[in-house]
Amino acid sequence: MQTTLKQLVEELNFECLSGKACLERPAHAAYASDLLSDVMGKAQAGMLWVTSQVHKNIVAVASLKELSAIIVVNERRIDPEVLAHAEGEEVVIIASGLPAFETTGMLYKYLEKVKSEE
Amino acid sequence: MRMSYNIEGGDFSAAGRASSEVKRTLKQFNISPLVLRRIAVALYEAEMNVVAHARNGAMQVDIQPHYISVVIEDEGPGIEDIARAMEEGFSTATDEVRQMGFGAGMGLPNIKKNSDRMMLTSTPGVGTRLELTVNF
Ligand SMILES: Nc1ncnc2c1ncn2[C@@H]1O[C@H](COP(=O)(O)OP(=O)(O)OP(=O)(O)O)[C@@H](O)[C@H]1O
Ligand SMILES: [Mg+2]
Repeated sequence: MQTTLKQLVEELNFECLSGKACLERPAHAAYASDLLSDVMGKAQAGMLWVTSQVHKNIVAVASLKELSAIIVVNERRIDPEVLAHAEGEEVVIIASGLPAFETTGMLYKYLEKVKSEE
Repeated sequence: MRMSYNIEGGDFSAAGRASSEVKRTLKQFNISPLVLRRIAVALYEAEMNVVAHARNGAMQVDIQPHYISVVIEDEGPGIEDIARAMEEGFSTATDEVRQMGFGAGMGLPNIKKNSDRMMLTSTPGVGTRLELTVNF
């Protein structure tokens, strides 16, 4: 079984803040980091990216690396300008509303469960 | 095909504009997605090094049938010890820049890994020149 961003957002009670038109993208693996060059070097295309960074450069990183979505942790406020930029670049930004540890834990469990159902 | 972009030091809000535009242009050609992403990573890291470390610079792009060649040149503090700067983890980024998630000291190693040829030269106190080539 394959899961999509849409299913993941619903199952985990996340909120999609930009790129709603792209929620049919598959979700299969994730990378967690707040260091942009680390993500540039180590994340793979199609991955979800868990971060607490909310400035405009996260959009460039996600778009250039062709990541599936950015999952922003905590209840961090994201500037409307960043969301508008993300929308234009077809970058999906999802808010988890939870701290990084809880977010990655839930995500890991969910993606493993989906994998085991294959 | 040739393109040229200005890069302003300290302007983080430009958010990789030059590398994003080059990638958009390259998408029209028949280049493998993997190669396209390698180019995007190398150019973004080079662009952000001008933003994070220099006063101002330019990116000059030359797209040929079988490769892309890019020169990123800036006026800024330059690099005293290039071998040291190339080491993963070495960074002189300010605290402010680090808070944004830059300053891991992985940019130059990423450029090396993602390009087929890379040449970095610098005159301390004057500026830095980076030339890279990626084959299609
Ligand atoms: N254009 C430049 N002008 C002046 N110094 C530079 C330039 N590019 C790189 N450097 C120096 O080389 C160091 C290493 O660069 P590198 O890109 O690997 O890491 P970083 O920019 O510090 O952090 P990161 O790229 O991981 O965000 C920098 O911290 C800086 O001291
Ligand atoms: Mg750098």
